[in-house]
Amino acid sequence: MKNSHNSPLLKVENLRIELTTRDGVAPVIDDLSLELRAGETLSFVGESGCGKSMTALALMGLLPEKVGRVAKGSICFNGEDLTTASPARLNEIRGNDISMIFQEPMTSLNPVYTIGEQIAEVLRRHRGMNKAAAWQRAIELLDAVRIPNPKNRVSDYPHQLSGGQRQRVMIAIALACEPKILIADEPTTALDVTVQAQIFDLMRDLGRELGTATILITHDMGAVAEMAERMIVMYAGRMAETGPVQQVIDHPRHPYTKGLISCVPHLLAQLTAERPPLAEIDGIVPSLKDFGRDECLFASRCERANEQCRNQRPPEVGFSAGQLSACWQAEDV
Amino acid sequence: MTFLRATFFRSLYAILLLIAVLVLNFSMMHMAPGDVADTIAQSMGGADPEIMAQIRADYGLDQPFLIQLATYVGKVLNFDLGFSFFYNQPVVSLILERLPATLLLVLGAQLLALTLGVVLGVISARNPNGMTSHLVTGLALFGYAAPVFWTGILCLIAFSLHLGWFPTSGMRDVTVAGGGWAKLLDIAHHAVLPIITLCSVYLALYSRLCRTAMLEVLGSDYVRTAKAKGLSARQVVYKHALKNAVSPVITLAGLQFSAVISGAVLVEAVYSWPGLGTLAFQSIIARDTPTILGILFFSALVVIVGNLLTDIALRLVDPRVGGKQ
Ligand SMILES: Nc1ncnc2c1ncn2[C@@H]1O[C@H](COP(=O)(O)OP(=O)(O)OP(=O)(O)O)[C@@H](O)[C@H]1O
Ligand SMILES: [Mg+2]
Repeated sequence: MKNSHNSPLLKVENLRIELTTRDGVAPVIDDLSLELRAGETLSFVGESGCGKSMTALALMGLLPEKVGRVAKGSICFNGEDLTTASPARLNEIRGNDISMIFQEPMTSLNPVYTIGEQIAEVLRRHRGMNKAAAWQRAIELLDAVRIPNPKNRVSDYPHQLSGGQRQRVMIAIALACEPKILIADEPTTALDVTVQAQIFDLMRDLGRELGTATILITHDMGAVAEMAERMIVMYAGRMAETGPVQQVIDHPRHPYTKGLISCVPHLLAQLTAERPPLAEIDGIVPSLKDFGRDECLFASRCERANEQCRNQRPPEVGFSAGQLSACWQAEDV
Repeated sequence: MTFLRATFFRSLYAILLLIAVLVLNFSMMHMAPGDVADTIAQSMGGADPEIMAQIRADYGLDQPFLIQLATYVGKVLNFDLGFSFFYNQPVVSLILERLPATLLLVLGAQLLALTLGVVLGVISARNPNGMTSHLVTGLALFGYAAPVFWTGILCLIAFSLHLGWFPTSGMRDVTVAGGGWAKLLDIAHHAVLPIITLCSVYLALYSRLCRTAMLEVLGSDYVRTAKAKGLSARQVVYKHALKNAVSPVITLAGLQFSAVISGAVLVEAVYSWPGLGTLAFQSIIARDTPTILGILFFSALVVIVGNLLTDIALRLVDPRVGGKQ
């Protein structure tokens, strides 16, 4: 705990992830750096197709086989570079030190095993528990994620549970070994609104209890404001802006961030349970094959864009409290 | 509880189906020209009409169709399949006598094909561009395209005639004396080629299907979850993926089981294997109606029992099957 105050738990430097597709090789993540300290919540926002899920999978070492690879940079967890770690070492870390919750609760649990078995399995794997102890702990975990009547539900199969309950089970699996980092990839996108708020509450409460650092990927600006200390705005595989949540929302330094925020008019006024998803900004994210271009990829949708924006990739401009913006006109935004 | 209920209703349904099959079989045989009296007369070297009429009266063949049918169904439901004049013994004992040979052939081929098919399917799905994957594709092509009797004859020529590794026909070698291990070994030696021949058909089906199912499952979200838990590659593939991928293979195997006898006929014919297939073939040539009907009935029984077993196997593998009634 002591050293984690000085050095970050997770440090990603100049990460570049390339996908090999039919159109050739394209950088789905380009030059991404970030730091995550113990117990902190960092949020990723951005439109669909920006590479948020790819970033999460890269951190887990689960990039799609033969398609995705880390081309450059490092992912240091507690000082250990995961990009060069052996598969066996990654298996020790996954599910134990770093866990992940996925976007699709309906299909993320194995339909042919009971939920109890799917929770107990991870405890046996990483905690060396025996069958009975792991099963008992699975019941406690179901209780912790607020599934009523856990003693009976533990031997249910996934198809007997609702989407929200399945996501709770996923959270139970992810938190079973009290990981240092929890990566939640749009954990509520597939759920209805009332359930969304419950899942966020649950994640926040359990995260605080266990001191788990969270990377929260979401479309939901309201959730970002409520849950996260710092945020990263992604656009087309690049970091557009980063900084403390309140500061970025109050004074965005990137036109894209500004657009995202203006799409959620109530955000500045009050942060309530009502959370409409991001409305569209005019235009669309460029396709993957254009991600590598030396220009500001947002230029085609930006009313401020000038010659420079279209011909040169903008550098990251620093502001107070670690706020960064990758925009040629960051000072004027 | 729902499981028992479902099984009960399925069994009831199965019995009704069996009776329907009986009626259909009997009606079709009745419509065909020639009857037992003809066969008997033929074996006696001809008979005058009076004796023919006498025989028909003895066997109830002069009765109206419906009465004959009712008598037949009633007898079958009491496990009496009639008497074969051609073989001069009750059909039931005839079938039971030939059954072990066919069971050995079919179960051996099925088991071999299932094991090999699943293993090949899994290996090739894990490495879709590897050698095994191409092997499976080639095997499937061969298995689909080559008629089983042709494969059988090819194996005979290669392994029996040229290489002399295996006997060419039958199930026992009369020169091999003694029982116990010597007998078992002798039977196994005779069974190798027939089993491999029959297996080639099933193997093509199973390996191909398992490969496809496994490829799909390996790309699924829950397999990604299993990886995210830090499980070893072996556990991800054999625990999480395979159990999902075998459902379609089990279903197909169940369907194949239904074709036990039809599948065995050709292979048994090629290798003169003394099983039900050969019996069916011979009794058709001899117009031995009771035996043909008996075998047809028995096939229907196998189909129905096979379906029931498939159903149970699927329920064991996949909790979603039959969950809601
Ligand atoms: N297996 C894959 N093969 C090829 N391209 C892929 C693959 N998976 C994702 N991509 C592409 O990578 C890009 C980034 O995808 P990613 O899933 O990270 O987006 P995202 O930000 O998570 O979007 P969403 O909000 O919809 O989840 C997209 O253009 C997508 O088409
Ligand atoms: Mg995503």
